[in-house]
Amino acid sequence: MVTGTSVLGVKFNGGVMIAADMLGSYGSLARFRSISRLMKVNDCTILGASGDYADYQYLKQVIEQMVIDEELLGDGHHYSPKAMHSWLTRVMYNRRTRMNPLWNTVVLGGFYNGESFLGYVDKLGVAYESPSIATGFGAYLAQPLMREVMETKPDLSRDEARQLIERCLKVLYYRDARSYNKFEIATVTEGGVEIEGPFSSETNWDIAHMVSGFE
Amino acid sequence: MAAVCVSRSGETVLTCNPHLPPGWAQEEVSTGTTIMAVEFDGGVVIGADSRTTTGAYIANRVTDKLTFIHDHIFCCRSGSAADTQAIADVVNYQLSFHSIELDEPPLVQTAANLFKELCYRYREDLTAGIIVAGWDKRKGGQVYTVPMGGMIVRQSFSIGGSGSTYIYGYVDSSYKPGMTKEECLEFTANAISLAMERDGSSGGVIRLAAITEAGVERKVILGSELPRFTVS
Repeated sequence: MVTGTSVLGVKFNGGVMIAADMLGSYGSLARFRSISRLMKVNDCTILGASGDYADYQYLKQVIEQMVIDEELLGDGHHYSPKAMHSWLTRVMYNRRTRMNPLWNTVVLGGFYNGESFLGYVDKLGVAYESPSIATGFGAYLAQPLMREVMETKPDLSRDEARQLIERCLKVLYYRDARSYNKFEIATVTEGGVEIEGPFSSETNWDIAHMVSGFE
Repeated sequence: MAAVCVSRSGETVLTCNPHLPPGWAQEEVSTGTTIMAVEFDGGVVIGADSRTTTGAYIANRVTDKLTFIHDHIFCCRSGSAADTQAIADVVNYQLSFHSIELDEPPLVQTAANLFKELCYRYREDLTAGIIVAGWDKRKGGQVYTVPMGGMIVRQSFSIGGSGSTYIYGYVDSSYKPGMTKEECLEFTANAISLAMERDGSSGGVIRLAAITEAGVERKVILGSELPRFTVS
């Protein structure tokens, strides 16, 4: 089955940013190099998924239909990020209990009533909110970098958040064997949702010249 | 209960239970395979090898893995022969019905999504890697791939099956956007030929087809005419 690697998420002053590379891996094969793992749920919510891509496509279909159905009600209400997160947690946990999980780790970002939202749900139904989130390899490599920045300066500007995310993506490209140097970044603010990409990181291999042999 | 052991000659032989089928018949029939499809302006080119294996035995050396789904839509089958034939039969029926309801030729995307629905819903029970390709009035030539697991993605070209692993380098280096139908046919034939050379589960002849608004043009490339790359 086709899988996606890390998804990163970071809160900033006035919104939330999430990022993911555009690779669908088939085991160790970098099979699909231009697939999007980020989606807009509605004007105040974005979602990124790692894990099984077929299960993500299924989730995407279900969520998109939910949003359409809600629009058809015509009552002016839209799912809040928190509501989406709660719903998703129930779905994932329920599937887990029935021993047929959606094999994904999902990062949900949103901006609602002037407040940023960033949540995590995984295939076991484990769910939590945090100022920074990273799945997969990102949990080991990117999360410490993000926390280091955010613990001293909890209120990031949009540019600072962007820079942090790009720094983390670069490290992940260096060290995650199932990553790819082509990514998208989704941002949600008061003004709505923007999904930008594809971008690539500038990589520095200078240290290669400093190494010769293995001793 | 254990029924086989390895004899001195290295063969797996039946020992305790003569009522069980022999080793090779316990293997599922697989379209080992190399399959490929390429989009061009005005249609698609599809191609496949012709080998079906049961373990190491070649059950059919002249298989047709390019399967008719509708007048301008074909699929390339890889994985279990039984599974892919069954799926193709169902989609053929569903699409035929849908097309009659619409009173219009069906869209390639519709066919591809029908494959996806089956392959995703029954993902635990199926071994099927399918490439759906064809032409329709709305988007012209299209290639959709539905790998194992049941995701769906459109690509300008796609390769699949066990033989495809050997030709990722070749196709990545040789593909150019904007190729003509003839260039696509050559690209496909070369790629499949290289895969057949290296993959034991692929071989036989190369079956090609070009699908355009005008219809389907089938071609077979036999043994001596196969593109050759090395002398030995």
